[in-house]
Amino acid sequence: MSFNPKHILGIKNLNAEELNFILDTAVSFKEINTRQIKKVPTLRGKTIINLFYEASTRTRTSFEIAGKRLSADTVNISASSSSVVKGETLEDTAKNIQAMHPDIIVMRHSASGACQYLADRLDCSIINAGDGMHEHPSQALLDAFTIREHKGTIEGLTVAIVGDVTHSRVVRSNIYCLTRLGAKVRLAGPGTMLPPGIERLGCKVFNNLEDAIRDADVVMMLRIQRERQGTPLIPSVREYARFFGLNGNKMELAKKDAIVMHPGPINRGVELGTAIADGPQNVILSQVENGVAVRMALLYLVAGGEKLKSE
Amino acid sequence: MMKVLIKSGRVIDPANKIDEKLDILIVDGKIAELSANIDPGNAEVINAAGLFVTPGLIDMHTHLRDPGYEYKEDIVSGTLAAAAGGVTSLACMPNTSPVNDNLAVTQYIINKAQGQGTANVFPIGSITKGMNGELLAEMGELKEAGCVGFSDDGLPVMNGEMMRRGLEYANTFGVPIFTHAEDLSLVAGGSMNEGPIATELGLKGIPWVAEDAVTARDIMLAELTGAHLHVCHVSTKGSIELVRNAKARGVRVTCEATPHHFILTDEAVRGYNANFKMNPPLRSQEDVDAVRVGLADGTIDAIATDHAPHHIDEKNVEFAIALNGVVGLETLLPLTLKLVAEKVLSLSQAIALLTCQPAEILGIDRGTLAVGVVADMALINPNKEWVVDADKLHSKSKNTSFDGQTMRGYAVRTILAGKTVFER
Repeated sequence: MSFNPKHILGIKNLNAEELNFILDTAVSFKEINTRQIKKVPTLRGKTIINLFYEASTRTRTSFEIAGKRLSADTVNISASSSSVVKGETLEDTAKNIQAMHPDIIVMRHSASGACQYLADRLDCSIINAGDGMHEHPSQALLDAFTIREHKGTIEGLTVAIVGDVTHSRVVRSNIYCLTRLGAKVRLAGPGTMLPPGIERLGCKVFNNLEDAIRDADVVMMLRIQRERQGTPLIPSVREYARFFGLNGNKMELAKKDAIVMHPGPINRGVELGTAIADGPQNVILSQVENGVAVRMALLYLVAGGEKLKSE
Repeated sequence: MMKVLIKSGRVIDPANKIDEKLDILIVDGKIAELSANIDPGNAEVINAAGLFVTPGLIDMHTHLRDPGYEYKEDIVSGTLAAAAGGVTSLACMPNTSPVNDNLAVTQYIINKAQGQGTANVFPIGSITKGMNGELLAEMGELKEAGCVGFSDDGLPVMNGEMMRRGLEYANTFGVPIFTHAEDLSLVAGGSMNEGPIATELGLKGIPWVAEDAVTARDIMLAELTGAHLHVCHVSTKGSIELVRNAKARGVRVTCEATPHHFILTDEAVRGYNANFKMNPPLRSQEDVDAVRVGLADGTIDAIATDHAPHHIDEKNVEFAIALNGVVGLETLLPLTLKLVAEKVLSLSQAIALLTCQPAEILGIDRGTLAVGVVADMALINPNKEWVVDADKLHSKSKNTSFDGQTMRGYAVRTILAGKTVFER
C-alpha cells in the first residue's frame, strides 16, 4: 500500500493497516540513526516549522532531529500560550508562518482541537505534536513501535495504562492505536483522574493499579503533574505514589517478561519507584530512541513518501 | 384611518383556540375585525392565501448587546433580525455595558427600540447591581420604566440568600425572576457537555448537575417565597423533571427551552467549531429527548432563542477560549415547525410556545389576535424550503449553528402594529 496523509492530527481516524504501514516505514528509518553519517537527502528542500505553544524538550528535539536527519530545514518557534489570550490570535500566527511557505508545521498547543483548527485554515501539512487533552499521535506510534520491537507483536497483548487519564492526550491516542492493533487496554487511576465515558473508546477501567497490571504484558505509567497536587484531584503526591505509583513489588503482579513504559519526563519516587525506573524491565529510553524513527516516518509520509523520489 | 385587510389566511391563534381560514381587518394598528369574508372597502389588501397568519412571535430571551457591545449587535440590527424571523416582541437580557440595572439604560433601550427598531423590545433588568451578586437593583423603578422581569443571566446568583431576596423583592412588584441556573463551581472551566464526547475530544466537560443543582435550589426558593421563578433555557433531563414536579405541587415556576437544545446534541461539537459552543452546552440525546417531551407535555412554557450574537473574532479561535452563544432569531420559526413536522408538537402547541405562553410569563398584552389588540402578526409560508447562509443573516453577528442547513418555513411578512416591518 501507499499512505500519504495530508495531515497527522490524531490516531482516531487511522486504521490498522495505516498504523502498521507507518510503523513499518519507521523500521527502515531507525537504521539511519545508528549510522556514522546520520543523514539522508530525502527531504532536502523541505521546510518544517516546529510551532510549540507549550514547553517541550523531548518531543520538540525529537521532531527537530528527525527533520534534520532527513535533510529538511527545520525551524523552531516557541510561542507563549499567553499570546493566545493577549495579542496575536492562533490564526494570525499561523497565517504569518504560512506566508513563509513551510511544507509541514509540527504543532503542540494547550487547546484541544488546535491542530484541527490549523488544518482547517492553512494549506500546508500539520502534524499534531500534542493538543490539549485530545491526542498525541506520534507518542502513541512510538509506543506501539517500541512494544512491537520488544514483544514481536501487539496483537493479543494486555496493556495497562496508569495515572491521570483525564488530562492525558497520550492515553487517548494510545487507546486508539493499541486497540486497533489488537491489544487489550486497561486503565487505572484515582476516580478524579478517570473521565466519564472513557471506556467507550474501547478499554477497561480499574480503580486500583494492582488489578490493572495483573498479568499485563505492558505497564505504561503516566506522568503525574505535581501542580495538580492540592487541587480537587489528589490530596498529595505522597498518597498518590502509595496507591498509584509503580513501586515496591507491584511489578510482580504483571507477567514476568512485562515491560514498563513512560512517556517522560518521569517523576522518580512518584509514579515510578527508582528501582523500577532503573530496572531491567523499563524500555523508556528505547521509546525515546524510537521516537526519532517514528517521527522521520511521519514527516516522510506527510511530505509525499514514495512520490518524493519522482520529484 | 389606516386600514389593512389580511385576506384568506389560515389564522392560528392558540390563546383563543382559533385555527381556521379567516380575514383580519386592522384599523389604525389594532385588530378591528376577525371573520370570514370581510369586505375590503378602502383597506389595503394583503393576500394571505396559503399562509399561516399567527400573532407576531415572541422571543422571551435575547441579547441585543446595546448599549456597549454594538460591534456584535444593536437594537436596530437585532430587531431587524427579529422581524426577519417573524418575531415582533422580544425580551432582552441586562448583560450590556453598562448593565441594565438603572433607569437610564432601561429608558435608552426602550426609546431606541421605539424610535428605530422593528420589534417591541421589553428589557429584563438585572437582579443585582452590576450583576455582581451583591446588592439588589432598583427593581421597582425599573419595572415602572418597562422592565418585565429580572435576571443576572450569564452570571448566575451563586449566593442563596441573595437569590432569595431577589425573588422576594421582585415579587413585591409582581414580576418574575429569570434564573440562569448554573453552579459555577461545578462548571469549573468546562467548555462543553460532560460525557463521552468531551472525553474523546479532550475538552473539559460541564456536568448536568451544574444546571440541576441550581434549578432545584431556585425552585425551592420560589416555593419558600411564593415568587414567580422562570427557569431560562432548560437543557437537562433532570432540570425538566424538577420543573415538572414543582408545577405539579403548585410552585409558581415556568421555563423555556431553546431550539438548539431540542435539535442538536453534543455530537455537533466534533470538529471543534465554536458555533456549537453555548451555555448551557449542547447536551446528550437523552436530554434532547427530555426537552421534546417537556415541550409536548406542557412542562416547558416557551421556546426562546437565547439569541447571543458574537463577533467572528470571538468565535474563530480555539474552542476552549471561544465565547458562549449563538444567534437564533432568524431560525426560531423553522426549527420550531420541525417539531410539528416530526409530530412532537401540534401546530397549535408550537404557535402557543412562540406567542401567548411567553406573553403571559412576560405579562405583556401581545401574543393573540383578539379584536382590540395591537396588530402584531407573522404571515408564514410553512412549506418554503430555504438554506441558512450565515453571511446573509440580518443580525450583525453570523454565529449560527445552522449555517448551510436546509430549513422549512419562514415568515414572508412581519407586521408590527399594523405596519409591515419585514417582507420577503
